[in-house]
Amino acid sequence: MNKMERDMQQPKKTPVTIVLFSGELDKAMAAFVIATAAASMGMPVNIFFTFWGLNVIKKKGGLIKGQNWMQKMLNVVNYGHARKLALSKLNMMGMGPVMLKEMMGKKRVPSLDEFIKMAKAMGVKFYPCEMSMTVMGLKKEDFIDECDDVIGAVSYLSVAKDSNINLFI
Amino acid sequence: MSQFTADKTLDARGLSCPMPSVKTALALEAMGQGQVLLILTDDPVSRRDLPVWAESTGNTILGLEEEGATIKIFLKKG
Repeated sequence: MNKMERDMQQPKKTPVTIVLFSGELDKAMAAFVIATAAASMGMPVNIFFTFWGLNVIKKKGGLIKGQNWMQKMLNVVNYGHARKLALSKLNMMGMGPVMLKEMMGKKRVPSLDEFIKMAKAMGVKFYPCEMSMTVMGLKKEDFIDECDDVIGAVSYLSVAKDSNINLFI
Repeated sequence: MSQFTADKTLDARGLSCPMPSVKTALALEAMGQGQVLLILTDDPVSRRDLPVWAESTGNTILGLEEEGATIKIFLKKG
């Protein structure tokens, strides 16, 4: 069997790599809808969580995090986890997310929490960004157990350069 | 009466994108090559999306039938 025949028999792996920079519910949902759909098509999926995107994978609780007063203040103001994220539009002081969750529930769209668990069960890789964590004073323990390795920009790029689909959300 | 017989049925009615594809992928994992999965859905997007899903994952759509709001898709694994 020559290489071409082998390639034709094996479905092509087309990795998808998503940078989730945003920490808003609507943008995180978009990332996870694409991630789970891609995983269902047999594509390897990596999500690189950076900056505000880290809120999506933060554990619930622990209001005061960080080493110095600026980090502590940032983490109090920027408190959030998958069940407590704002919308990028029409947040209406928290009424927007409540209404959107209600509307999505009626259409039986999974919650962000459910999407995270489902994505993990389908083999999606979760990589928190090391630099953002250091700046914000966050540790690996501050994140949900679904997370894989904490990685840096170079590791992200080495994954991204071999991915067919690269998204920045 | 349908011209196809299914080995397994997946009731994905009430679910919206991307859940019908996700549930189909999970259901097929437990099935053997050549077996037929019947997918029931009422998500209009699935009429277009599931055949695309099948094509890109190397599975075959045998047929698509509509019964009221329910779309019945017969998918052969492998």
